[in-house]
Amino acid sequence: MRVELQRIHKRFGPHHVLKGIDLTVDTGTIHGLVGENGAGKSTLMKILTGYLSRSGGRILLDGVETEFANPAVAARAGIGMLYQEPQDFPPLTVLDNFIVGRESQPGTGWKDPRRRLAQLADEVHFRLDPEAVLNKLTVGERQQLEFLRLLGREARLLILDEPTTGISETQKARLFQALRHIRDQGRTILLVSHKLEEVSALCDRVSILRHGQVMGEEDAPFHIPRLLELMFDAVPSTTPAYTPHTPGAELLCFRNVSSPGERTGLWDCDLSIACGEVIGLAGLAGSGQGLFLKLAAGLSHPSQGQIWFNGQQLQGMGYPQFKHLGGCYLPANRLEEGLISGFTVLDHFALATNSSRSRARQLAMDAIRQFNIRGQPESPVESLSGGNQQRLLLSLIPTDARMVLLENPTRGLDVGSARWVWDYLRHQYAAGGVVVFSSAELDEILSVADRILVFFNGHVVRNLPVNQADYHDVAAAMTGS
Amino acid sequence: MNRLREHLTDGLLILAIVVSFTWLLLLLVGAVPQHAFGHLLAGSFGSWSKFARVLNVWIPLTLCSLGLLYAFRAGLWNIGVEGQMVLGAIAATGVLRLGTESLYPQGYLVLAVVAGMGCGGLWALLSGWLKTRGGVHEIFAGLGLNFVALGLVLWLIFGPWKRAGIASMSGTQPFPADLWFPGLEGWRVSPFALALVICTILATVWMLNHSRFGLRLKAVGHNPKAVQLYGVAPNRYLLYAILISGALAGLAGSLQVSDIYHRLIPSISSGYGYLGLLVVMLANFRLLPIPFIALFFSALNVGSIQLPMMMQLDSSLSGVIQGACVMSALLVFGLRRRKQSSQR
Repeated sequence: MRVELQRIHKRFGPHHVLKGIDLTVDTGTIHGLVGENGAGKSTLMKILTGYLSRSGGRILLDGVETEFANPAVAARAGIGMLYQEPQDFPPLTVLDNFIVGRESQPGTGWKDPRRRLAQLADEVHFRLDPEAVLNKLTVGERQQLEFLRLLGREARLLILDEPTTGISETQKARLFQALRHIRDQGRTILLVSHKLEEVSALCDRVSILRHGQVMGEEDAPFHIPRLLELMFDAVPSTTPAYTPHTPGAELLCFRNVSSPGERTGLWDCDLSIACGEVIGLAGLAGSGQGLFLKLAAGLSHPSQGQIWFNGQQLQGMGYPQFKHLGGCYLPANRLEEGLISGFTVLDHFALATNSSRSRARQLAMDAIRQFNIRGQPESPVESLSGGNQQRLLLSLIPTDARMVLLENPTRGLDVGSARWVWDYLRHQYAAGGVVVFSSAELDEILSVADRILVFFNGHVVRNLPVNQADYHDVAAAMTGS
Repeated sequence: MNRLREHLTDGLLILAIVVSFTWLLLLLVGAVPQHAFGHLLAGSFGSWSKFARVLNVWIPLTLCSLGLLYAFRAGLWNIGVEGQMVLGAIAATGVLRLGTESLYPQGYLVLAVVAGMGCGGLWALLSGWLKTRGGVHEIFAGLGLNFVALGLVLWLIFGPWKRAGIASMSGTQPFPADLWFPGLEGWRVSPFALALVICTILATVWMLNHSRFGLRLKAVGHNPKAVQLYGVAPNRYLLYAILISGALAGLAGSLQVSDIYHRLIPSISSGYGYLGLLVVMLANFRLLPIPFIALFFSALNVGSIQLPMMMQLDSSLSGVIQGACVMSALLVFGLRRRKQSSQR
């Protein structure tokens, strides 16, 4: 399917988000769409999939002008989107999920969808047990299922939003292989991503968005510095070189900790973290890192072993006491677990510091200035972009916190924002305390952490200083080899 | 300014739907709608004594609705207001029975009100504990406890507290006049009870809209998962909310006993617990409309008493209007939300 977007405009009230986007995606190509946060990628995709109406412009599919009143119309026209978070039904089986949402065709028996699923899976070399319940699958496997569902629905344009987030290297390789395969069959693929290496490995052509405009288009082979130059006003350095602080006294200690939960649980964890360290937790999504952070924050308690923080045992202690001891935890799902939707920036400061409204307003204004949050004290948090929500969460960490635990802190942030976050965290908290973070990006851990813990299947399989860590060794350890 | 215009349009729309719906209904049953509305108005605002009767309904209804608002702020559906009111009434009756022929009736009256609030609060806390400790949804807990409370009040009236000689649905032996909630000569409604409600309204405005407690309560209602990270223990605030909710219901119950009926009767809660839910929903879970909507509902309740005598219409017409109000309000609010989200 050949997709042409002509002079697409989108206004949200006074905000002009898309300023005349022209984009042509040719049949049988993989087209990349890159841009920093707030460049307008998601808005454009929502317009293309019928979730948002546009303020101006035309959409042509195979040369025919098309209107999408709602997502169902776009889906019927052959547009399928693979979301970052799988849009499926976890209590059901793979096969049930495959069938759900397919329009029933008369005369097709029960056997048919099962065969269709097997056929499609074979074609792209995915291995999925049709009877497996989705709860037990990894994000990568659920994504494969979604992918097959879209293929089964005869989607001719596939839009993928950050498809490699949280999936293993093998799954990634298999996905890329599948994408190339279906491209060669004549399907069209639009890949939205931050990861320039992946984009350049996979795409035939890339469009770069900045501030709601197309800054340029490049054909393969790509020159990454050129892409960065188009994405950002100035090329950010991708590898900040931080000098590690000298480790001081022990601040956090896990003694033979075991705990079930979060897919794999965490078993026999025995380690100690000292003041001045920045610890990166590597591992495939759901290998135990999330649970490690929750245990360290006193949000979950181990079934065996002891956890000590700042000279106190966390057992039986709740999060308020943990916070009182100088700890802080930031979850990955900002709007679901970290912020209170419906509350304004000001409300969050009043809540976090338990202070009066006038004092909270002052704090909010200071934070907006210092953290460069694009918003007002009265802005509801759900109106902020992902990057600004993260800045708000960071600004809510008490400045005297001794240990900051972060789950995927730069997830969904562009390179510039991520750099800013790390400069801030290292400067503010690493000198006299500890920063522990998980990240799906191994590159990030290797460039900003002092020490790396590698998780596999609920066990810590590597614990080494970053300057002694080898990328390939760590990547192999993550996959259990 | 825009918000105000929106509220105004919503209000007029709701009113238009309700009036036309009721009008149609009255025509269907062969009554003259103008007359029915006329009687409703005359029966509630027609004279000072009728208005005093309206206020006597307004007092407990407003207290229950305010209590419910605390629970709603924390995201709780406190269906147990009826039972909490009954428990408040039982506690007040118990105290006043002890105070018969005492030298300090005022002391016992104060104690009765305090005991009513305490028992109502504890009864509510029971459903709160069932939720936080036992994982029982508060709607089921509240509903169950309502039945238990009803059983309890019937047992007391027909058992231990029955009138000498006879046990009857008309309730327990009336209290002597010195144990009645104080009023003023010539006033058919106690100005002290009115003052109590007005103080409660003001305190609630401050608590919910201006205090840190209110902010935390609202945060718990919006996102119980995230509030932990702000050092707020969500379960504790759920319990606070339902405790206050129950205490205000218990206060209403103790006033029903000491101010209105001067005894315990089986239907002591008069359905105000459920009616309060409608009031809060019609107010779109906001505080300021509540006293006015409660007044409107009270007027309907009192005004409809005349209908059977004057027009051979059942007094349940007031319930029909109240129900229609809430349904159309939910409809209008729902449409408004949909319109706003499509604009976004």
